[in-house]
Amino acid sequence: MGAVVGTLTMQTKQRKPSRDRTDDELEMTMVSHRPEGLEQLEAQTNFSKQELQILYRGFKNECPSGVVNEETFKHIYAQFFPHGDASMYAHYLFNAFDTTNNGSIKFEDFVMGLSTLLRGTLREKLEWTFHLYDINRDGYINREEMTEIVRAIYDMMGKYTYPAIKGDVPQQHVDAFFQKMDKNKDGVVTLEEFIVACQEDEMMMRSMQLFENVM
Amino acid sequence: MAAGVATWLPFARAAAVGWLPLAKKTMPKPPVDKSSRSDEILFVNVSGLRFQTWKNTLDRYPDTLLGSSEKEFFYNEDTQEYFFDRDPEMFRHILNFYRTGKLHYPRHECIQAFDEELAFYGIVPEIIGDCCMEEYRDRKKENQERLAEDTEASEATDAPLPPDSTSRERLWRAFENPHTSTMALVFYYVTGFFIAVSVIANVVETVPCRAPKGSVKDLPCGEKYALAFFCMDTACVLIFTFEYLMRLFAAPSRCKFMRSVMSVIDVVAIMPYYIGLVMPENEDVSGAFVTLRVFRVFRIFKFSRHSQGLRILGYTLKSCASELGFLLFSLTMAIIIFATVMFYAEKGTKGSSFTSIPASFWYTIVTMTTLGYGDMVPNTIAGKIFGSICSLSGVLVIALPVPVIVSNFSRIYHQNQRADKMRAQQKVRLARIRMAKKGTANAFLQYKEDGGLGDRDSDSTALCLKNRSAFEHQHHHLLHCLEKTTNHEFTDELTYSEVCMTESVGFRTSRSTSLSSQQGAQNNSTGCCPRRAKRRAAMRLANSTVSVSRGSVQELDTLHVKTTTVPPQTRSSLNARADDLKLNCGERDFTAAIISIPTPPANTPDESLPPSPAIPGILRNTRATAYTHDTVKISSL
Repeated sequence: MGAVVGTLTMQTKQRKPSRDRTDDELEMTMVSHRPEGLEQLEAQTNFSKQELQILYRGFKNECPSGVVNEETFKHIYAQFFPHGDASMYAHYLFNAFDTTNNGSIKFEDFVMGLSTLLRGTLREKLEWTFHLYDINRDGYINREEMTEIVRAIYDMMGKYTYPAIKGDVPQQHVDAFFQKMDKNKDGVVTLEEFIVACQEDEMMMRSMQLFENVM
Repeated sequence: MAAGVATWLPFARAAAVGWLPLAKKTMPKPPVDKSSRSDEILFVNVSGLRFQTWKNTLDRYPDTLLGSSEKEFFYNEDTQEYFFDRDPEMFRHILNFYRTGKLHYPRHECIQAFDEELAFYGIVPEIIGDCCMEEYRDRKKENQERLAEDTEASEATDAPLPPDSTSRERLWRAFENPHTSTMALVFYYVTGFFIAVSVIANVVETVPCRAPKGSVKDLPCGEKYALAFFCMDTACVLIFTFEYLMRLFAAPSRCKFMRSVMSVIDVVAIMPYYIGLVMPENEDVSGAFVTLRVFRVFRIFKFSRHSQGLRILGYTLKSCASELGFLLFSLTMAIIIFATVMFYAEKGTKGSSFTSIPASFWYTIVTMTTLGYGDMVPNTIAGKIFGSICSLSGVLVIALPVPVIVSNFSRIYHQNQRADKMRAQQKVRLARIRMAKKGTANAFLQYKEDGGLGDRDSDSTALCLKNRSAFEHQHHHLLHCLEKTTNHEFTDELTYSEVCMTESVGFRTSRSTSLSSQQGAQNNSTGCCPRRAKRRAAMRLANSTVSVSRGSVQELDTLHVKTTTVPPQTRSSLNARADDLKLNCGERDFTAAIISIPTPPANTPDESLPPSPAIPGILRNTRATAYTHDTVKISSL
């Protein structure tokens, strides 16, 4: 019986080395990324040197390799919204930040996005928001894209809300949005339509101003 | 939330711009961020080792000491740094937690020291990283077990009983801890002796003795000297029965006692005898009766009360039940497999002893345990091959669970050793603690004796106060304040217990009268102590707290006889007492008081007042305080 057990153990030993090899390959591809110089970033963004330093220190601490991949991003964003499921919205947000579309956010992407959102002009902010909604980057927001975004946002609310979110509430929200934004009623919203409609919206302009001093 | 999340919060807030076009309502006003966004380097000085870190790093965990405003309490304006008087080595780990978000447990540190540091810095131990969590938990559990053992040892059952325990409790205690009293010890040894006698008798019974005359066969001694053995057996069983009944009577919880292992063993040991008495002498049942006598051998297990090692062995086997179970199970599996194989391998041969599979069990067991009696041997080649595989695997299967059992036994044995050592050390430690406590108590009493109370002439105070630290001064002042508050005084245990004893003997009335007479004599005013009855009641209160040394009680008697005003002793405190007394009497507002005696006096009963100056200081104290005792402030509240 001992011999049987012995042969069994020997079998499992043989299987291990192949798995180790793939692990080694993975290790080698994980190279850390360094951002461009501080002066360059300062020129490209609207942040001061000190602010960039603070931002980078936080970023580097969280992601020593210098890049954020989508999983980490989702995980971080989910921590802010424990009630519901923030993964879909985080996915869209990640794509909005990942301007180079290579599946990871570098520090430059991060800082540029923040610069636009916090220190940019009104037009820049609206453009950024438009790019967020335009999932397939075709320059138009159609109903499906909008529905996706709205549903993702409602998902973040979770199940326990007051009043309870009924099934057609996201759809209604999308309809209201299109009614407001789609001027020529062609079923899609272009960038110009979007910007014009937003500038006409008093409420939104006021809210925009409130976000000035987040950083 | 994790640390890093704090750094991402501004980003998440900025990303909220994306919701604005969809918003149906206006956004709420954001909170005003008073703190400046610029970062600065903080200096943290921990017992001389200077650490520097960004303020943001510490702000990551706002519910800890360093992350909250609590650290401002430790800010040193002169050196512009935060100073902590703690272990700098440990602080390194704490600071790393802020930096990396993971708390690591340093293996070389004491677990309690680490816990204390964490508690100080306001960090919950639950966030220790996975890499170190297991080690931390193991160490913590081990430490707690050790502490639990300590407390168990400290409340050890060989501590003295409270004086008001019933005879039943005393009996139980005598049974459980034979060392507590001589009677218990005697009983313990007597039962041990009888257990041994009984077991030896059982054994010797079966030895063949020389046959009586006229018979050929050798008889076992049990039958030859049947009467003698029967008497011995009866005596032993009587003792065991008596012991069992006593234990049953004394047990605090009879049901629990009856269910315990030792009690079951006791019952099993004495049952065969009684059954044998009851059973009639016919042939059918005597066979069963003979088997019952086998149970008499269980008497040997009664020795486990007398031997700790045996108990440890039993406990080990109990705690290794799972390993033993595994051993048994795997052995059974192997036996069945090999028995089957051997049976079919040997089936063909003529005259083979492998007649059936159960018959092959015997061969398999004997081979696997490497006994090899040789009463069954395989003859075919296949049988021999499988037989050798059987013996090899037997060694392996048995060798595997044995180290686990051994390590378990070793752990339990060492635990036991440690418990014994701890108990011995505990006695020494308690004695030392008691002495230290008595030292501080005596220090205060001595302090008062030496006149540190502050209302006397300066030359004596200067002498007495020289050897006290500022801490002691303040401590004594505090105790003195308490005394003044309650209008009672501190005394020591010896005199207090003596008061209790003398009180019970009934010195009350005599003392009260003597005291009253003393009072009267002392103060020349009966108005001080108006109503005797009330005073007696107060005296009962006072008596329970008044400290009297035995010698002074006798002096009281002599005082009583003399009824003279004894001149106050030269000790200045005495003067103060008398003055106080006068003052208090004037006020007619007394509270019962304890007079203190500084050191347990060496009482010489036959000293009479006034003492000769040649008496050493301690005795003078006795005299003085004995006297002050007489002028005890009594009052009715």
